[in-house]
Amino acid sequence: MIAFFFRKFDRMATGFVILLAAIAILVPVLNLAVPEGSPFHIPTYLVSLWGKYLAFALLAVALDLVWGYCGILSLGHGAFFALGGYAMGMYLMRQIGTRGVYADPVLPDFMVFLNWKELPFTWYFFDHFAYAVVMVVLVPSVLALVFGWFAFRSRVTGVYLSIITQALTYALLLAFFRNDMGFGGNNGLTDFKDILGLSVQAPTTRAALFALTAVFLALGFLVARAIVVSRFGQVLAAIRDAESRTRFLGYRVERYKLLVFVVSAAMAGIAGALYVPQVGIINPSEFAPSNSIEAVIWVAVGGRGTLVGAALGAVLVNFAKTWLTGMLPEFWLYGLGALFILVTLFLPKGIIGALTSRFGRPGDGGAQ
Amino acid sequence: MSADLTDSILYLDAVSVSFDGFRALHDLSFVVGRGELRAIIGPNGAGKTTMMDVVTGKTRPDKGIVVFDGSIDLTTRDEASIAAFGIGRKFQKPTVFDGQTVEDNLLLALEGPRSAFSALFGWRSRVAVEQIIDKLAIIRLGDLRSKLAGSLSHGQKQWLEIGMLLAQNPKLLLVDEPVAGMTDAETEETARLLTSIAGEHAVVVVEHDMSFVRALGCKVTCLHEGSVLAEGTIDSVSANERVIDVYLGR
Amino acid sequence: MFRRFVILFSVLIGLVALAAAPIRADDASLVLKRLATDNYGEIEAGVAALAASGLPVSEAVLTALADSRLSYRPSDKALFIKDTSGGWIDAATNAAPAEAPSGLKSVKLNNRVRRALEAALGSMTLMSPDPMKRIAAAEAVFKSRDANTLAPLDVVIGKEADPVVKRYFEEARAAVLLLKTDAPETDRVRAAERLGERGDQDSLALLGSVTEANATANIVSAAKLAAKGIESRLALLSTAQNAWYGLSLGSVLLLAAIGLAITFGVMGIINMAHGEMVMLGAYTTFVVQEIIRTKVPSLFDWSLPIAIPLAFCVSGLVGLLIERVIIRHLYGRPLETLLATWGVSLVLQQAVRSVFGANNREVGAPSYMAGVWDLGGFQITYGRLWIIVFSLVVFFALLGVMKGTSLGLRMRAVIQNRRMAAAMGIRTPVVDALTFALGSGVAGIAGVALSQIDNVSPNLGQSYIIDSFLVVVFGGVGNLWGTLLGALSLGLANKFLEPVAGAVLGKIILLAVIILFIQRRPRGLFALKGRAVDS
Repeated sequence: MIAFFFRKFDRMATGFVILLAAIAILVPVLNLAVPEGSPFHIPTYLVSLWGKYLAFALLAVALDLVWGYCGILSLGHGAFFALGGYAMGMYLMRQIGTRGVYADPVLPDFMVFLNWKELPFTWYFFDHFAYAVVMVVLVPSVLALVFGWFAFRSRVTGVYLSIITQALTYALLLAFFRNDMGFGGNNGLTDFKDILGLSVQAPTTRAALFALTAVFLALGFLVARAIVVSRFGQVLAAIRDAESRTRFLGYRVERYKLLVFVVSAAMAGIAGALYVPQVGIINPSEFAPSNSIEAVIWVAVGGRGTLVGAALGAVLVNFAKTWLTGMLPEFWLYGLGALFILVTLFLPKGIIGALTSRFGRPGDGGAQ
Repeated sequence: MSADLTDSILYLDAVSVSFDGFRALHDLSFVVGRGELRAIIGPNGAGKTTMMDVVTGKTRPDKGIVVFDGSIDLTTRDEASIAAFGIGRKFQKPTVFDGQTVEDNLLLALEGPRSAFSALFGWRSRVAVEQIIDKLAIIRLGDLRSKLAGSLSHGQKQWLEIGMLLAQNPKLLLVDEPVAGMTDAETEETARLLTSIAGEHAVVVVEHDMSFVRALGCKVTCLHEGSVLAEGTIDSVSANERVIDVYLGR
Repeated sequence: MFRRFVILFSVLIGLVALAAAPIRADDASLVLKRLATDNYGEIEAGVAALAASGLPVSEAVLTALADSRLSYRPSDKALFIKDTSGGWIDAATNAAPAEAPSGLKSVKLNNRVRRALEAALGSMTLMSPDPMKRIAAAEAVFKSRDANTLAPLDVVIGKEADPVVKRYFEEARAAVLLLKTDAPETDRVRAAERLGERGDQDSLALLGSVTEANATANIVSAAKLAAKGIESRLALLSTAQNAWYGLSLGSVLLLAAIGLAITFGVMGIINMAHGEMVMLGAYTTFVVQEIIRTKVPSLFDWSLPIAIPLAFCVSGLVGLLIERVIIRHLYGRPLETLLATWGVSLVLQQAVRSVFGANNREVGAPSYMAGVWDLGGFQITYGRLWIIVFSLVVFFALLGVMKGTSLGLRMRAVIQNRRMAAAMGIRTPVVDALTFALGSGVAGIAGVALSQIDNVSPNLGQSYIIDSFLVVVFGGVGNLWGTLLGALSLGLANKFLEPVAGAVLGKIILLAVIILFIQRRPRGLFALKGRAVDS
């Protein structure tokens, strides 16, 4: 079984997993064990920031799975990310209990503010961590299943598909902004106190969350890789390059697409759930179409169809964003826009893609 | 009549297809027997490719009966299930997977379970590898097994596609213009190959190259404006007055 | 009861007297003096007398009293009115007194005085020479439904020459009669019918208040019937209004989407910067208006006709630039083009933000676009009307270009079969460039129109981009009629869903419907058929 995940492991994959393992151990150590004065100390805010980058990297890997390997350009993957984030957020909200402003043991503050008398049914059981975890994976998966079933069965492809994924996330954006939906309205869910009994703010918790995110990124990578190097992945590549021909060979293209889409959505949901405790808030703007499109550029920059490239792209672009918005805020949007243009024009294979084609490597799951 | 139906591998009766007013197939009826080798000829626009589209499920006929293997109604099924029933097609324009190796192309086409789950957890078995090597030998692309299919020449792509068709091991092969762009020698090879697999498989070949058709030595059906114009040996069909009119123009 | 009789009698007398000669001046001051007291009964009687007197100052005095601006000097019982600037006017002469008066006492009001004042003022203005005032008086009676006004109403109805004013009187009368429990049944039934004819929300409310408790069965059923009539009329009006809004929204969507439909149809690419082309057009309008405002204000009404060709050029040129520099290199890769144009849209938004600021900018409407045309409750705003007309003009112009010009012919050839068109000698790169420029230019023109109904900000484009996509996807690609139909249907659907589900939920439902629609017809309403169009 373990062997299944490590099939056809090449240097890049090995290096990536080892790197993640190293980071998962090193960063928490440098944050907790090393004293603050030391030049090796990593401040807690950085730990959470990097944890956020890694969560994005997981989202990028999920997106690369459907886009780079199957040709489905989903411009709404942020929706799955956000849904996972909301599920985790709901658990965290219920953990607040009487420590909220209105000190209601059951109802979160915003519900008290709206004069609601009892918890809506959507919030039941969210005080149990296990339930929240199940929902983190289940909700995005079910949405992907339903949406994908309709979309793929009627053979919607290409830009049409991309547009309706946009419409999907846009519709969710509108829905979650409404106060009467019961998910916090435009303020979202925030002011979290603790997770599994541990304070969300404590450095130890943050370090643990970081390590966990790194671990999940590695796991997500392994799962994606296993899919991609299997025969399933070969069929995905065939679907991407010549969908019609693949049908004529007898493959039920809809089922393949649906399976990979659902797996990808679940992964994105997990990424969202890891993201939320580290940034401390989830609000409807996560559903914004522009967020999903930004995720696409992470994958494009790093190199689509490479998995490692997607993760790398996510970290690089977000690092640049943090840096630029700190130094020259006006410049960030110019930079992002230019990035979209330059990458599509000059770096169609992304960074990793360009490097591997320079140094030669027969395509496994070749990019196009 | 019903014997015709149950004994045949492919049974078309009064099939009509129109695209936006243009009649591609008009009351087309013909039958292909099990293991038969059949050649389809006809001028451009006669409906040869459309007929293949109908059989493989790409186009739904407006009217008519299309039955495979005596009992399977093809008009209600989609491409993947029709392929799964055992109909393989080679396209007019060679359609191989450019981004994958020759070997992988054959692997994809190889007959076997097509389900998503089996693809996820199954892996290349030794039997499969042997079969691929075998096919590679037949289509003479053994040295090129690790090359990307996109880098092959036109003729080589045609052969690869034929190889894929063989790998599929279908009951009925639909071959659309297999020798376009091939040398004389290659054309002969192809004729021999197709004749050799007939008997075990039914093969329907669409072609314009008359010497190739002659080399096949099988029954010939001539289509014109969406229906059958003449049927018989190559000699009787080419001597048919109406066929001469249609092919040579007025 | 007695007092009422007194008031009524006085009003009657007053009206009769009005028809006769006016009272002389010294009699006038006598009447006025009656108000100069603290005794409410006296004041009440004085009000009635003054109203009946027909004195020219009576209206001013009574109005002042109603506003608590009337005061009197106890010494000589002279009346003074406090005017808006706080100064005093002699009530009798209606002029400022020689010296500011002192020791004034305010003439007080109680409820009975107020009611008397209402009736008096009402009955006075019923006879006002100004028809607008008469109508206002009738409406006041309609609202107050004071039974005392019945008799005066009957009188003025008999004498009224203006049919419009007469109708208002009759409606006022009907309002009073409907709820007057001691009025004869036939009168009340006819009153119900009259109110039904009037047909507005107020009548509906009045008719609704007729119950078994205050009316006979006949009256109740007459009221119910009339109410039903009003309700169906109002429903019809509401439907028509929604249809109008839907049409208006549809025309806006059409303008925004048609450029996109062209580029998508001809080139197969989705231009994510399309919204920004619209935005540029809107900002062009702003700049044009700014220049006109500061340099040649008299030309303001011409600002839009000037802005239109300018916006076309600005957006068209920007579009051409984008096509030549970026899109041309991404030919055949629609998904990459989508991403690259998204990048362009970010750059454009930020550029506009830097130059013009992130806030909304003010774009004004020219005079011919302001104002409303009211067709019996059905409101047509001129601005929206112009936009509908404009969008149809643009649509047919584009149709003309597509069908009638050689560029259009080449564009259509490329839409249907690019390779064949190229093989026939059509220079597809040139067609692409011109198509993109045309689509962007049209978007610019749309921006001019949109500046009239929406805020002009750097985010303007973003609010229209998704809707434009949906129109194109829904209506089918490469077919202008499809875009027209798609835009109108989406506009109408949107507006009819809104009152039922609310704006946000309505939008969500629409999105879901479109997603499901695409399942059934993946290529939209007007799909291009045939083998060549396979992509």
